[in-house]
Amino acid sequence: MDTNKLTQQDIIRQGEQVYKKPELLLNNTMHYCPGCSHGVVHRLIAEIIGELGIQEKTIGVSPVGCSVFAYKYIDIDWQEAAHGRAPAVATGISRVNPDKFVFTYQGDGDLASIGAAEIMHACNRGENIAVIFINNAIYGMTGGQMAPTTLLGQVTATTPKGRNVERNGYPLKITELIAQLPGTSYVTRQSVETAMAVRKCKTAIKKAFKNVLAKKGTSFVEVVSTCNSGWKMNPVKANKWMEENMFPFYPVGDLKDGEKADPSLYSKKN
Amino acid sequence: MAKIKGTVVIDTEECKGCGLCIGACPQNVLKLNNDVNGKGYHFSFMKEPDKCIGCSNCATVCPDACISVYRLKI
Amino acid sequence: MGELKLMKGNEAIAEAAIRCGCDGYFGYPITPQSEVMETLMVRAPWDKTGMVVLQAESEVAAINMLYGGGGTGKKVMTSSSSPGVSLMSEGISYIAGAEIPCVIVNVQRGGPGLGTIQPSQADYFQATKGGGNGDYNLLVLAPNSVQEMHDFVGLSFDLAFKYRNPVMILSDGAIGQMMEKVTLGDFKPRLTSEEIENKYGSWVTTGKKKNRSRNVMTSLELNSEQMEKNNIRFQAKYKKMEEEEVRYEEYMCDDAEYILVAFGSCARICMKSIEMARAKGIKLGLLRPITLFPFPKKPIAELCKRVKGFMTVEMNAGQMIEDVKLSVYESGIFKPVKYYGRMGGIIPSPEEVVSTLEKKLIGGN
Repeated sequence: MDTNKLTQQDIIRQGEQVYKKPELLLNNTMHYCPGCSHGVVHRLIAEIIGELGIQEKTIGVSPVGCSVFAYKYIDIDWQEAAHGRAPAVATGISRVNPDKFVFTYQGDGDLASIGAAEIMHACNRGENIAVIFINNAIYGMTGGQMAPTTLLGQVTATTPKGRNVERNGYPLKITELIAQLPGTSYVTRQSVETAMAVRKCKTAIKKAFKNVLAKKGTSFVEVVSTCNSGWKMNPVKANKWMEENMFPFYPVGDLKDGEKADPSLYSKKN
Repeated sequence: MAKIKGTVVIDTEECKGCGLCIGACPQNVLKLNNDVNGKGYHFSFMKEPDKCIGCSNCATVCPDACISVYRLKI
Repeated sequence: MGELKLMKGNEAIAEAAIRCGCDGYFGYPITPQSEVMETLMVRAPWDKTGMVVLQAESEVAAINMLYGGGGTGKKVMTSSSSPGVSLMSEGISYIAGAEIPCVIVNVQRGGPGLGTIQPSQADYFQATKGGGNGDYNLLVLAPNSVQEMHDFVGLSFDLAFKYRNPVMILSDGAIGQMMEKVTLGDFKPRLTSEEIENKYGSWVTTGKKKNRSRNVMTSLELNSEQMEKNNIRFQAKYKKMEEEEVRYEEYMCDDAEYILVAFGSCARICMKSIEMARAKGIKLGLLRPITLFPFPKKPIAELCKRVKGFMTVEMNAGQMIEDVKLSVYESGIFKPVKYYGRMGGIIPSPEEVVSTLEKKLIGGN
């Protein structure tokens, strides 16, 4: 066989399909901007739920923000939460339905600004839920305003001259705070800007989901992401800016990989 | 030694021309087309199809799940 | 004559805030009003007048920042949209109970819940009948133009401090987003600490001075007799508002046989409907309440004496109609009151208003 004369059709017919769109990703065109990290993470979640075979017992909780429409894209049951309240909604579902698999999908405004109390307490209680936290340091849906995770000096619609520490405070490393809470078992920070990073992120999310299925407490996966529209750069430049500016401050890697805290450490004797 | 020939099928109407697959490809197979699709995006296509090894990096980084990857061992 | 500029309703709120000597704006992004805070951030008034602009972590936080700042006699304000204002309800009730002056702008969007981002007027009940717990009222102003968005900021602060009460500017997404000419007011300086102490020393929590007793800002009162006295005092305040602060506009009502009652964007649509109806020979007029609380009951009672009926036009399921019916009832003269409205963020067209008027009010269906 002359390999140089193989057509695309030959390869498709005689070869194997090594990648296709996951079945659980619905055919609705995603409303996200070109190059948005949301699309990649949605795809990973769809793949993982399919691979774990848990579609029939999964309930997702979507936030307020660009991913408010997450419920349109993954073929599972969803509940749309009020801004920041997804961990509380997830707690409500999970507590009275302990046999179900519940996860939240939240942005940085949703989780770290208005929802700071809810995520703290869900993680402190060790709710058996997975939290996917998309951190792109900006409010996308409402037009690019500052988020708690916006970096100092970063220009946004409400920090037109760059975030200033006196007026706007410091960028919030919420994941570091979450990792200290006793109810969490797995807290990690990932990204999806290269194929290798995407594969690592998928491994991390799968581990998070498995932990929750094994009732090991809250699993928290931050995905450091881009926002091309908010940052006003094209997707390729946005990835580069993220690598240069976000990663030094929000470094990728596991912050906690273990178990919920030993309750005896919290008893009266100590 | 077995050689790998790969190919990708891109849903050009769903492609938003973000360009991430272009950079992800280790073989420089993909490029944005000068033409645009129905939504006005310059869609990705195989400029150098013979170089494809079916590594699926492009499909892995695609935010819109537009890419299907095929691999043939020869 | 002030500066004449073209801008969005939301931007006019921001410009007016700086010019009327506002001390602080505390807000949170929500469509369709995020431009209020964005404009303030671009203008950077902290460098010019010392005005504080802070993006709070949530609407709940923002309204409590108003409680704090307002309790010290400063002119503080916030803006939000329907779901965000719901979050503020607790804070608004506390502010009313502690008698703190402040200004809240609601640029309404369709609801209920997360709803939609298009305009609506479905927060009328929330604004005028309470939204938070307990017996309290906000003074509510309803602008229908970018100029009024601007003018009502200064007016709201004046009224807020006159009555020691929160004041709400009830706008909608269309007015917030549309661009019109606006004459901007002159810059009024912010009050100095001394001025605040002189004017409001009897209640502001600014640090107990030797020459006054200490001030406590609270809405808590466990002694029921005292709590009733507090409530009686609040009710007297609202009664005074009803007597002195009613504002409204009448358009072609002098010879009208039928009256449309509408506020905000709907009022503007009604003006076109009146033109269309009059071309058909229907003598139609418009009563536009500018204060939704206190509601213009007396003008309606006057109109009851000579018109054949009323129809409200509202972007909701029928809320202001109840106040119109109440006003008609209190006049002692029965007249039919009908309603036409759209929900979900849809703006009624002038044609729909006229055809519904013909069917429901004139036709009696």
